[in-house]
Amino acid sequence: MKACVIVFPGSNCDRDLKVALTQSMGNEPNMVWHGDSELPETDLIAIPGGFSYGDYLRCGAMAGNSPIMREVVRKAEGGTPVVAICNGFQIATETGMLPGALLRNADQSFVCKDVDLLVAADNERFVGGYDRGQVVKFPVAHHDGNFFADEETLSELENEGQIAFKYATPDGELTEEANPNGSLNNIAGIYNKAGNVLGLMPHPERLISKELGGVDGKTFFDNLVHSIG
Amino acid sequence: MNKITQDIVAEHGLTEGEYSQVLDILGREPNLTELGIFSVMWSEHCSYKSSKKWLKTLPTEAPWVICGPGENAGVIDIGDGQAAIFKMESHNHPSFIEPYQGAATGVGGIMRDVFTMGARPIANMNALRFGSPDHPKTRHLLGGVVAGIGGYGNCMGVPTVGGETNFHSSYDGNILVNAMTVGLADTDKIFYSAAAGIGNPVVYVGSKTGRDGIHGATMASAEFDDDSEEKRPTVQVGDPFTEKLLLEACLELMATDAIVAIQDMGAAGLTSSSFEMADKGGVGIELNLDHVPMREDGMTPYEIMLSESQERMLMILKPGREEEARKIFEKWELDFSVIGKVTDTGKMVLTMGGETVADLPVAPLADAAPEYDRPWVPTPKPAKISAEEVQQPNDLREVLLKLMGSSEIASRKWIWEQYDHMVMGDTIQRPGGDAAVVRVHGTDKALAITTDCTPRYCYADPETGGAQAVAEVWRNLTATGAKPLAITDCMNFGNPERPEIMGQFVGCINGMKDACEALDFPVISGNVSLYNETNGQGIHPTPAIGGVGLLEQSSQMMTMGFKSQGDQVYLIGDLTGEMGQSLYLREIEGREEGAPPSVDLKKERSNGDFLRNAIEKGWVTAAHDVSDGGLAVALAEMSLAGNKGADITIETDLPLHAALFAESQGCYVVTVDPANSKQLQDLAETADVPICLIGTVGHNELKIENALTISLDELGKEHGSWMPSLMAGTAG
Repeated sequence: MKACVIVFPGSNCDRDLKVALTQSMGNEPNMVWHGDSELPETDLIAIPGGFSYGDYLRCGAMAGNSPIMREVVRKAEGGTPVVAICNGFQIATETGMLPGALLRNADQSFVCKDVDLLVAADNERFVGGYDRGQVVKFPVAHHDGNFFADEETLSELENEGQIAFKYATPDGELTEEANPNGSLNNIAGIYNKAGNVLGLMPHPERLISKELGGVDGKTFFDNLVHSIG
Repeated sequence: MNKITQDIVAEHGLTEGEYSQVLDILGREPNLTELGIFSVMWSEHCSYKSSKKWLKTLPTEAPWVICGPGENAGVIDIGDGQAAIFKMESHNHPSFIEPYQGAATGVGGIMRDVFTMGARPIANMNALRFGSPDHPKTRHLLGGVVAGIGGYGNCMGVPTVGGETNFHSSYDGNILVNAMTVGLADTDKIFYSAAAGIGNPVVYVGSKTGRDGIHGATMASAEFDDDSEEKRPTVQVGDPFTEKLLLEACLELMATDAIVAIQDMGAAGLTSSSFEMADKGGVGIELNLDHVPMREDGMTPYEIMLSESQERMLMILKPGREEEARKIFEKWELDFSVIGKVTDTGKMVLTMGGETVADLPVAPLADAAPEYDRPWVPTPKPAKISAEEVQQPNDLREVLLKLMGSSEIASRKWIWEQYDHMVMGDTIQRPGGDAAVVRVHGTDKALAITTDCTPRYCYADPETGGAQAVAEVWRNLTATGAKPLAITDCMNFGNPERPEIMGQFVGCINGMKDACEALDFPVISGNVSLYNETNGQGIHPTPAIGGVGLLEQSSQMMTMGFKSQGDQVYLIGDLTGEMGQSLYLREIEGREEGAPPSVDLKKERSNGDFLRNAIEKGWVTAAHDVSDGGLAVALAEMSLAGNKGADITIETDLPLHAALFAESQGCYVVTVDPANSKQLQDLAETADVPICLIGTVGHNELKIENALTISLDELGKEHGSWMPSLMAGTAG
């Protein structure tokens, strides 16, 4: 399997994503610099977390307009799977690949901790390693992860099975306390309509071994490789 | 050109004696630019003029030390051709004036110190001291500092893995923000700052120079008064994104062999970086200030030389390598400018607009920096307070709950959740343990990192306090199973011109020296911050110590949480029952009195070496040192961390409240599987280490016979709610 990780100036989870993909794929992904306008042949595109261009403007806004993203959007429209994590999710909403927006966290603070996530829809490619309704643990680390969309979009996401993950209690309840950033409907991650683009705020690449505190993230990447590879 | 008057000299913080030395060195009057350069180079912050004499007495060598104090950061060998590079530095004054930017640029500065030497930063730590929790400024300062530290480190993508935070009224007008960075490099790829090679180009890279931070180093060398907030314009503004680019660009260039020497522009900016590089190399430097990338028009040589704009570096390249280097910095969209060359004149010559604007001899200016033997008086030794002198409390349960929810012991989760402590994917012990542990990427090794100091001990008895700070760092590293290797020190004190403050400094240094020697734990880098006073009120003496230890096998790392019901709980070390300066005395009786607990360095060493040995043998399932709040708090913390209680019985001649709450030094609580119990006891006997079975790991409550029973829920609530309520403004 071949994968690409897009690297922007200010990306800082690119190495972590590379480590996670390499562990599951057995070979290293291509690291693609933001200034490139062409993508090598690839079965998966991953957009990492970080602070692209410093995020001094709206998060992801600058990166969303970079040459490489035009190419990513084109590939996504052609059906190539894209996983966009944290800043990657913000960038994906900026390009229009995914609906909605990520606003500043409700309590205005950066938050870094493990969160419990309810697997909210079936999507063999991305969450085939879990059962729908299962609760998995990934860490979050962001300042702007408060998912917002207008009511119409929101109900469409809910009705079309486009909500990938929701912040939940360890028992799977969708409470306000379990929501680390004020996201509408506890939304932590969503799919595009075609189901080949996943954007999520939590970082599966951070829990890929027992030593790091958990393996739910490893399951995520193992499944991705299994289903795409 | 301005005539240099007495007033101008005084405004630059130079004494009459120092100014006459300037006249002697130059054989003429300096111009304003030259005076400004003398002023910052001879400031306390840059010259260490009050502290140098004493710092020299600290042990700095060991077989594993590659580079001790004097460079941008210290370097130790961690085997397999790899080195850990680290340092801690203060950013106290700016953080009090503008907490977000002050703390952020402190973090940016210390990371630059580390990557200047060729290391990729792999972990940040900090040591913070705030005023009393109910002081009107505390919430604002704590909130701003934490956001600033997070804002910079999170964007850089370097995990902030922990630290310590104290509250005391002595910091009401002068908080302490000490930031530490640990980096990783190959031992054959370490970069130093000595300029060399006559004719070699001097290159400026990074951000442009602006008018920010002019005279920051001089501000950091003066006391505060009520008007200090007017100094806000001297606080620099951080740009972590540019620093991230600078980091990547520098590391990319460092992978080639184009660099001769490199130095970051920190305090006193271009002045101190260029002088230090020239002085260390024994050469001269010529700079054309017209080529310095500038953010605004009309900057004078004085402003250019004294600006503390952030995210800038100065380097000497090999001849002919400029274009190769320029390409790398242009790829990262950073300024790159050849601004001068190395000369054999031994002079720093600055030109601008075709005119010479400064012409100073390097070595005399650097070497003749004043060094004072300031008068000092030893701190009178306070009396010890024995267990019998402290009344038995009515309810030990209430006491433990109160301590768990006190400002010193309450959970710091509110702080560390604002730091990205997991990025880089190698944090295997997160904040909240005795030390944080990060793997050495791609190897089986890991580094344990901690910062510690107990200022109330240092205030009562600087010598014991200094020794205790070093010993506690050593102990915290040991509790993770790591072998402690070296420390960095960040010496925060009041006005050294007052003999009693200087006495605190000398006392702490002496104590630290004893501990470093006894524990084979050299000082490899550090920083001194004096004049931490407001309106003549000095802070508690605070020698913050940052330590690094090595785990050869990360899989052997130990944590503090109780693991399995039925595990046996042992106490290593002797309970002394000394109550002076304990949190018990302060929180329960409202007394900040007496001598701190004594530190027996011989026992410290043998107890710690024994524990490390037992961890290596794989017998230990949890370990935690006894510190603030004593044995009972240690047990409560282990219960909360593992979400399992314990049944404890303490057999002792001491009154129970002293056994539970005295802060006896050199002690650890450990758990073992009963199958390994005998072996542990035999090893302790062989090593002549006192060890005592005190109970077993239980279910969901902490029971201490004849004293208390508390559910973990209640303990957790008390421990967890203090800081969130403080920050929400709902604390009672």
